[in-house]
Amino acid sequence: MLHFLARRVVLALLVAVTVLGISFALTRLSGDLAISIAGPNATSEDIAQVRKNYGLDRPLPVQFADWVAHAATGDLGTSYFYKGSVSGLIAERLPVTLTLGLTGLAIALAVALPLGILAALHEGTLIDRMASLIAMIGQAMPSFWLGLVLMITLGLNLQWLPISGTGSWQNYVMPGVTLAFTGIPALMRLTRAGMIEALASDYIRTTRANGLGPASIVLKHALRNAAMPVVSIAAVQFGFMLGGSIVIEVVFALHGIGYLGWESILKNDFPVVQAVVLFLAIVYVGLTLLADLLNAMLDPRLRSS
Amino acid sequence: MSIEGTNRADWARHAGWGRRAPWTSAIRRALRDAGVAFGAVIVLVVALTAIFAPLLVPHDPFAQDLSRRLVPPAFMQGGSPEHWLGTDQIGRDYLSRLIYGARISMLIGLMTVIASGLIGGTLGIIGGYFGGRVDDAVLFAITCRLAMPLILVALTAVSLVGSSLTIVVSTLGLLLWDRFAVVARVATMRVRALDYISAARAAGCSPLYILTREVLPNIVRPLAVVATLEMALAILLEATLSFLGLGVPPPLPSWGLMIAEAKDYMFFSPWVIMIPGAALFVLVIGINLLGDGLNHILGTDRTA
Repeated sequence: MLHFLARRVVLALLVAVTVLGISFALTRLSGDLAISIAGPNATSEDIAQVRKNYGLDRPLPVQFADWVAHAATGDLGTSYFYKGSVSGLIAERLPVTLTLGLTGLAIALAVALPLGILAALHEGTLIDRMASLIAMIGQAMPSFWLGLVLMITLGLNLQWLPISGTGSWQNYVMPGVTLAFTGIPALMRLTRAGMIEALASDYIRTTRANGLGPASIVLKHALRNAAMPVVSIAAVQFGFMLGGSIVIEVVFALHGIGYLGWESILKNDFPVVQAVVLFLAIVYVGLTLLADLLNAMLDPRLRSS
Repeated sequence: MSIEGTNRADWARHAGWGRRAPWTSAIRRALRDAGVAFGAVIVLVVALTAIFAPLLVPHDPFAQDLSRRLVPPAFMQGGSPEHWLGTDQIGRDYLSRLIYGARISMLIGLMTVIASGLIGGTLGIIGGYFGGRVDDAVLFAITCRLAMPLILVALTAVSLVGSSLTIVVSTLGLLLWDRFAVVARVATMRVRALDYISAARAAGCSPLYILTREVLPNIVRPLAVVATLEMALAILLEATLSFLGLGVPPPLPSWGLMIAEAKDYMFFSPWVIMIPGAALFVLVIGINLLGDGLNHILGTDRTA
């Protein structure tokens, strides 16, 4: 187990550093950062001054090493626009994104689990087909468009929910539902597949032979085994959702991490952009690691591979 | 269906679940066939619209007419028969823009799939065939790609290089190869163990020959299914990037950009976002239905 753990942690770290390197290269190699920062009306002296002030005149590997060394101590640099520390900015915006992400995940699970179980119990029937149609609709719905449509119908026409702001829990309902839609298809399909497999297994036949009722079989025995892959995918899906929340945060003007990233891209505030990419990558890598460990803990067969 | 599956169905029927009358299975087949046909028709219509766009448009999609702004569609109150789907905030004909928008979506979808299919397919085949360290490297690349926040990285790339159709395609192509790689890798591993590959190797064929002539034709079916999924995803992502202001540049009529430009008027005239959004939704669902059907027809759903 310890060996397995060590291998996974090293791999996760390697992935994080690689993503960091790629995002760093992306911001440096695709154009002259100093020209972008100085703005369209800058003279060549201004640009030279910017280059010197921000340390952009040093060789790229030196800049990268410097940035990584600082990032490792939690210092992600200074925002060009806000003039404050990037770590502070992220900490300030994090609660909004986390609230949105958790709301989205909760709604997604609340829809996907019952739907997946229902589809598995009625495998191959009309109900199953309807469930997969719902998953397909969820997959095809552009999330920014769904957000706008919800705003028009629930916000403006029916006036049930506030259209923007972050004041109360009601502000998170529409963004949460919109975000949930991006996670429902994968979670539902997995629950369905897991339940079908679990229901076909010998131990379920045994419980059945022992005379347990359908409710007890489905909920206590089959679901517990089908839940394993769902839990790990839910963790990974949560990472994807946090990354995808950028669109929803922009649509609903929620000032979270995604909004910060979008804003900073438009303002050429690259220390912030890099930090947001790094943050989301680390969250994703961390969640995948967690999912792997959780699976290995629940299923000893996975540890040997 | 596997043997276990049949057993389960029998058993479940005794248990009183998933009771399957003969007619439900007929309905199911009819629904699936109808779904595939529906998907094929949608994709075909959009493709033809895209190809013949200049012949179909009633107006110049770029011509502004500030005296006729936000005219509602012909079927709504206050609409005019001259503009079937109305006009946008600067008086451009909405139907004409929608038709040209089909060009952008289809072009981006196809080009992205070609680019990402080449990248992902190559990586997956190489990893699956050679195994060992090479495979570890491919898996590592896939993991790294998945760890990069897709939309954020695409936005950053487009904002730095400048927005254009080519940039959007290259960015998406460089980002969406992961599923191709995963599927190609697994399919190659399965094929590699078969006798005809050993025979080719024993006959002294070069790895390049084996990979392109023996492996590739045998894994092309699951890759075709992935291609439909990725095409749908690429079209949605282009619309998202354009909506966020960092995709296809104006005045090009990308559906996502149309929604972004009309957003400020959506509370007074909701159709300005409904029309391009519905077009996007229908096209993507059409591609997905087609892919779903392809999956069943090619039998890849049983092996995957």
